[in-house]
Amino acid sequence: MLENMKGKIVRSQVFRSIFRHGFPDNDMNRAYTVFSNVFLHIHPVKVRRSALRMRYTFCLGGITLFLFIMLSVTGIWLMFYYTPYTGLAYNNIQDIQFVIFGGNLMRDLHRFAAHGMVLFVWLHMTRVFLTGAYKAPREFNWVVGVVLLVNTLVLSWTGYLLPWDQLAYWAVTVGTKMASYTPFIGQNGPWGAQLGFLPTNDIMFMLIGGTVVGQNALIRFYVLHCVVLPLVVTVFLAVHFWRIRKDGFSGPL
Amino acid sequence: MENKATREIFPRDARKSYGLVELMKGSNPVVRKEPEDTVYTWPNLIMIELICALLVTAGLIILVQFVHAPLRSLADPSTTPNPMRAPWYFLGLQELLVYFDPWYAGVVLPGMIILGLMVFPYVDTNPKGIGYYTFSERKFAIFNYSFGFALWWVTIVIGTYLRGLDWQWYWPWSNHLEHMNPALVTLVPLHIVFVNLLHVSKDVAKGLCDTIFFAYFAIGMAIPYFFMRKFYDFLGRSRYLVFMFFFLSMMGVGLKIVLRLLFNIKYIVVTPWINV
Ligand code: HEM
Repeated sequence: MLENMKGKIVRSQVFRSIFRHGFPDNDMNRAYTVFSNVFLHIHPVKVRRSALRMRYTFCLGGITLFLFIMLSVTGIWLMFYYTPYTGLAYNNIQDIQFVIFGGNLMRDLHRFAAHGMVLFVWLHMTRVFLTGAYKAPREFNWVVGVVLLVNTLVLSWTGYLLPWDQLAYWAVTVGTKMASYTPFIGQNGPWGAQLGFLPTNDIMFMLIGGTVVGQNALIRFYVLHCVVLPLVVTVFLAVHFWRIRKDGFSGPL
Repeated sequence: MENKATREIFPRDARKSYGLVELMKGSNPVVRKEPEDTVYTWPNLIMIELICALLVTAGLIILVQFVHAPLRSLADPSTTPNPMRAPWYFLGLQELLVYFDPWYAGVVLPGMIILGLMVFPYVDTNPKGIGYYTFSERKFAIFNYSFGFALWWVTIVIGTYLRGLDWQWYWPWSNHLEHMNPALVTLVPLHIVFVNLLHVSKDVAKGLCDTIFFAYFAIGMAIPYFFMRKFYDFLGRSRYLVFMFFFLSMMGVGLKIVLRLLFNIKYIVVTPWINV
């Protein structure tokens, strides 16, 4: 009976319009499943049995990716309740924590997935390092990886400001102050003042849109955190995965 | 290895001089390829990924039952918390501010760390150790990676657990509410040490410091060139220069920390513009 129903579903016009292949219980359809699906087709159709060994990758890159997806989902959820305005941001977070159903869970998940992503991107990098997977012909993918690492850190850090509490405010105040020490283009940096940079025109001013962290900084960090940096990460991830396919996976032969 | 095993199950027929077709065990024909030990991505790999994702989700949901995202009082530009801690992944950089001026610890060093990581594949020309874990075949590369990240993680632990008010050193059992007496240690630039020790003028002492600084890089560059010729020849000149620059800079950070902790040295080189 079940078989009969399965057959009916699989042969139906609706199913075939979506999947364009039969149920993946034979090799041809297993192959179709992967390469006719936009999400799965970043995989090769077949993988070496040894590449599946958990003790090689420990799934670390995959976990990093999954955490990024999870952050996107919980992050978009949080965006529905958050206003990037200094007079409201903190209250919004309090509402998320104490009033909105499921808010606490979503905020906690978002926060700890972020910590996790930083940790796992590092673990993944260490795995890649220890297996020599960055050596020719994969040098460039390592460089792409470093860009992803830096982006991950900056993503985390821009998100840190958004709750607009003491922790957020001062961590970002101290962090952005570093920018003013940049040689040549920061007012406190070597040769900065000599080149005419002032608190009102140097690189830190550009970064936070003012001389102190305020409304302009909040909206900048918000846009960077919710739009720009996730897009940049996504683009570099596309390159990263494309290159894994093109350069070949390093796994044991 | 597993590949070989597959091939041995189906040895080439000894009576044939060559063949265009071989009989293999498997569920589909393979064209223009050696027999390989592969499986279909669906369901084998996809299932592993799915299980990983579920485990991570479960782990996170369990974790957030016990720990929660912090929310302090509303941002207040007029009260600075003391100590002021960066998020943990930047504590290493914050800790370096103890040992270097902000333009170096906060801007130049992070830049160098990023660049240093990026050039690593281009200066590590050792062809061994791709695709498996090994320590013995690439000791030096692993030493470099570990040294850099040991510095990173140790400073994170220090920043998290051993720093208190005014970013002073507090043991877990010290009284974290009482300010340390900052006068306990006075930091001096290296050339002042020389003035007191060698009874030379300030300018001579400064010259000495500059010399030491440049000698560190010059001698550092020269030693492998003269005494580890194989290493030099293996890398070639430009790779060698790039690698040694990052290597000596990284070691320099370690050295400076040691000098600070043991001898209270504030700067090695003092110029009107920058101090290191
Ligand atoms: C957002 C961060 C990142 C994500 C989501 C990510 C994801 C992945 C995934 C899924 C793989 C497949 C193999 C595996 O799971 O280990 C991979 C491979 C690889 N990753 Fe990443 N990665 C990230 C960051 C990095 C970083 C920081 C580096 C190094 C600096 C790096 C370098 C590489 C290299 C060289 C490979 C090829 C490995 C091989 O052929 O064995 N990636 N990455």
